[in-house]
Amino acid sequence: MASAELSRRGFLHVSFAAAGGLVVSLYLDPRSVVEAQEAPLPPQQPKVYPPAAFVNIRPDGKIVIQVNRLEFGQGVQTSLPMVLADELDADWTNVIAELALAADVYKDPMFGIQMVGGSGSIAHSFQQYRELGAKTRAMLVAAAADRWSTTPDQCRTEASVVHGPNGKSATYAELASDAARKPVPATVRLKNPTEFRLVGKKVKRLDSAAKCNGSLKFGLDLDLPGMKVAVVAHPPVFGGRVKRIVDDEARRIEGVRDVFEIPLAKGTGVAVVADKFWPAKQARNLLKIDWDVTGVEPADSSELWTKYRQLGQTVGNVAVSNGDASALDKIGAANRIAAEYEFPYLPHTPMEPLNTTVRFDGDRAEAWAGSQFQTGDQMAVAEVLGLKPEQVTFHTEMAGGGFGRRAVTDSHIQREAAVIAKRLRGTPVKLIWTREDDVQGGYYRPMHFHRVEVGVGPNGLPAAWRHVVVGQSLLIGTPFEAFAVKNGVDQTAVEGASDTHYNIPNLHVSVHHPKVNVPVLWWRSVGHTHTAFVMETLIDELASRAKIDPIAYRRQLLKPEAKKLLRPLDLLEKAIAGWRNRLPRGHALGISCHESFGTGVACAVDVSIENKRPRIHRATIAVDCGLAVNPLSVESQFQAGLSFGLSQLMAKGAITLKNGVVEQRNFDGYVPPYIVDAPVAVDVHIVPSTEAPTGCGEPPVPVISPAVVNALARLTGKRYRTLPLVNI
Amino acid sequence: MPKIRAGLLVSAIVVALALGIGVYAGADETPSTAQGLAAWGQVYSVLTHPRCINCHTATNYPQQGDDRHRHVANVVRGPEGKGVPGLNCAGCHQETNADSTGVPGGHNWHLAPLEMRWQDINDRPLSSAAVCRQVTDRSRNHNLDGPGLLKHHEEEALVKWAWNPGIRPDGSKRTLPPMSHEEFVAATRRWVEAGTPCPK
Amino acid sequence: MATYQINVNGERREVNVHPSTPLLWVLREDLKMTGTKFGCGISACGACTVHLGGVATRSCIVPISHVGDRAIVTIEGIGQDSVGRAVQDAWVEEDVVQCGYCQSGQIMAAVALLKHTPKPTEQNIEESMGGNLCRCGTYPRIRAAIKNAAAKGGA
Repeated sequence: MASAELSRRGFLHVSFAAAGGLVVSLYLDPRSVVEAQEAPLPPQQPKVYPPAAFVNIRPDGKIVIQVNRLEFGQGVQTSLPMVLADELDADWTNVIAELALAADVYKDPMFGIQMVGGSGSIAHSFQQYRELGAKTRAMLVAAAADRWSTTPDQCRTEASVVHGPNGKSATYAELASDAARKPVPATVRLKNPTEFRLVGKKVKRLDSAAKCNGSLKFGLDLDLPGMKVAVVAHPPVFGGRVKRIVDDEARRIEGVRDVFEIPLAKGTGVAVVADKFWPAKQARNLLKIDWDVTGVEPADSSELWTKYRQLGQTVGNVAVSNGDASALDKIGAANRIAAEYEFPYLPHTPMEPLNTTVRFDGDRAEAWAGSQFQTGDQMAVAEVLGLKPEQVTFHTEMAGGGFGRRAVTDSHIQREAAVIAKRLRGTPVKLIWTREDDVQGGYYRPMHFHRVEVGVGPNGLPAAWRHVVVGQSLLIGTPFEAFAVKNGVDQTAVEGASDTHYNIPNLHVSVHHPKVNVPVLWWRSVGHTHTAFVMETLIDELASRAKIDPIAYRRQLLKPEAKKLLRPLDLLEKAIAGWRNRLPRGHALGISCHESFGTGVACAVDVSIENKRPRIHRATIAVDCGLAVNPLSVESQFQAGLSFGLSQLMAKGAITLKNGVVEQRNFDGYVPPYIVDAPVAVDVHIVPSTEAPTGCGEPPVPVISPAVVNALARLTGKRYRTLPLVNI
Repeated sequence: MPKIRAGLLVSAIVVALALGIGVYAGADETPSTAQGLAAWGQVYSVLTHPRCINCHTATNYPQQGDDRHRHVANVVRGPEGKGVPGLNCAGCHQETNADSTGVPGGHNWHLAPLEMRWQDINDRPLSSAAVCRQVTDRSRNHNLDGPGLLKHHEEEALVKWAWNPGIRPDGSKRTLPPMSHEEFVAATRRWVEAGTPCPK
Repeated sequence: MATYQINVNGERREVNVHPSTPLLWVLREDLKMTGTKFGCGISACGACTVHLGGVATRSCIVPISHVGDRAIVTIEGIGQDSVGRAVQDAWVEEDVVQCGYCQSGQIMAAVALLKHTPKPTEQNIEESMGGNLCRCGTYPRIRAAIKNAAAKGGA
């Protein structure tokens, strides 16, 4: 977004912080106007900035940068400040990054809400943070130029110092007060990429040391004076309601304060409030609750599979229909492949159990949560408490993982916490979901069934492709429906298939969205989690059938404009040349490529079978993400993201339901990848690019499962179309 | 002495001798091979109960639960059956059961040595004959003779744990072997006295 | 409720809690030491790993009544140990962490490994670290950091 556009869409607001620093803000929402808030901060009020503040240059030289989205492992708390600091020419060793409160000014410039997801942190805020840095620098330079009676073009900046003619210099800290009085420039020159000092370089994370010595506080670690802890007993079937509570034993646990029924997003539950977690949990274990589950559908996995398989035999709502829909039928049976795929419900299970803390003071409230959806969560808390959103100070806490689980349109966790806090007015309440609550609590990646029929042309490439997807819609019935659901097709269920970059003639993709009584949610890379698996295993099968090298086949089949896949494929081919033909006996190569969220990835794995499981000795990744803002972060995201993606293959990697009840309870029943399941080594190669940066949060996930399974297919001759992989 | 009192005295002596001989004969009554094999069958039913067999694995790992699934957290045997640094058995399994958290405990918690594996590498229990052979093989059983085996069954802390196995994480009681510890010891004794016979 | 004298990072501390309370929650809520994390509560994930009497222990399942006078070392104190410091430094140098929530436990497990086996093989690393869950998946960098710490010594 060019700077000139900025002045039309919003304006820069500047104010003083009580300590006399420069506070610069940038407001980009075209829909409303910010009122200037010139009231000085009361000195005792910690960590409360005016609603529009991104950069605070303190008198001690520290530069505090507000990050407009949650840090939950992806490294945004380092990379966005890095971008700002680069344009600002700040001394990086004196930069402190903080996660911003929920406020209008911190909304994602593309989506208009404060959130993190869709791998959009860098993609959406890169330009924004560059301009924030550049404009702040411009104002500092203007102040220095004034002071020295010279002009800005006679000054240069480096490491938080402005240098003027005749050896003059002044630190940013010294200039901050004067700079704050300067007008905010409407336009500003941004650095030429060759001038970057940080962007494009491997910059280590700012939060490492604190995460390695136990000092960094996550939401679950919050401790406030007088705080109580709450746990909630949820119905065993989604939407069930409390009929009767017997709580005399529970109340006798020392430290238990209260036991009462609360409304849930669906149905009702029972809250237990105690001084500390252990008595709360003990008390909940002692509750005897009669549940009313009449009128709620008891979802059952095996029944659902039968229904889904049936639906998959018929055409659904059409997502795309290119060419001749009947072309497939004209191709003889000998040249047709039919494949059916099954994908189970998946839980996110981020390492930090879900939690939210709320204190309700009557006319105000305060909330703390590692939230991926601050705007919505703040509104939800306000609604429950009968307040306006701006009456709720909503703190964004550092989060122990998310993968989409902390971005929920119904804000159900925050609502539970607010309901409890309302009853305990004046007392902060920390709501904790135990791991059992998490594993059994819903909001899963939906289960999906795919049926694909491919007609193979004489050259071995697909000549027709009929694809039916069956799975619950994520967005029908939510505020996002208007954006992503058209003609009954939820794009998030077919992305990666209906918009494939393969040049497949006569492509027909349709979808059925059954309604099921299981809450569902996006799981890191969303629709690509299952569509990429289908596409990349089928493409691989076709390549094998045609006896064409899997990389060459893909190169041949991709559309010429699919540069973000073609370039990584080329880079991958070079990167694996050294090892692909020197695999030991019992090892096989697996290839995949997939583009998601604007980033193209090619993947190669070296796999053998050990103890009846796939052993991934090595993974090589080639990625085109445009300009890699922090190549170290890109490398980390891929090395680790592949391991996350392997969740889909784990033998006990599924949620199943029987008569409405989730069968898994904790990490004994749902088992994610441990170190032995992860690739031993991952090398990452980034396609050099100066194009606009695209995200790397989700793109690692879709490629790994099909690559591994493609390697297994070479070893065993079997095709794996049912996940998770229980038997190899 | 009058004739009647003498007669009573003789009868009493005869009865006393008979009783004494009878008791002596009972102590000396060796169980037959058939009785010994039956006793072994009872012993085997305990050895293959989950509370015992979960640690008598042939693999790199212990099992847990009545369904004998692989133990959580990828714990492994280690060079001495005590786990590995960072994941020692005794790291979680304390000296006594931790009922509030559902983790069993006992002194020196560790895996039985591989010489005392009672399963195959596919986690299937070995046959009665195979286990009997192993348990009586002095080159594998730490040189225990019959009385040694009896003492092991009677006194070893981890053996006795099986009858006091504590509470599961969900609050329910762990299931016990199919007979009491006393019955197990008595069966072992009968088997030992029969000469530790093994089925073919 | 009962009173316990425990030894935490070299200091004597006194707590008054129910005997059934896991050590994890005593550390977190009674001593306000939140570096040791709650991840699952059933010893499956390792986020709660401390050293108890020199042995890496999952504190979520050890009731305070079972602790006795054995020395407890947590992530807050492991830096006082030369191997602990080497591991923490290696973790930072190799940019291991992502969300970081599991890393206290990973570090405590890695220190236990290196104190016992200063030059671990790939298999040693996999077995000793095999029960520590990282949902973000930082495993390849954890391996590199352990090798880094092993190479630099510190034992």
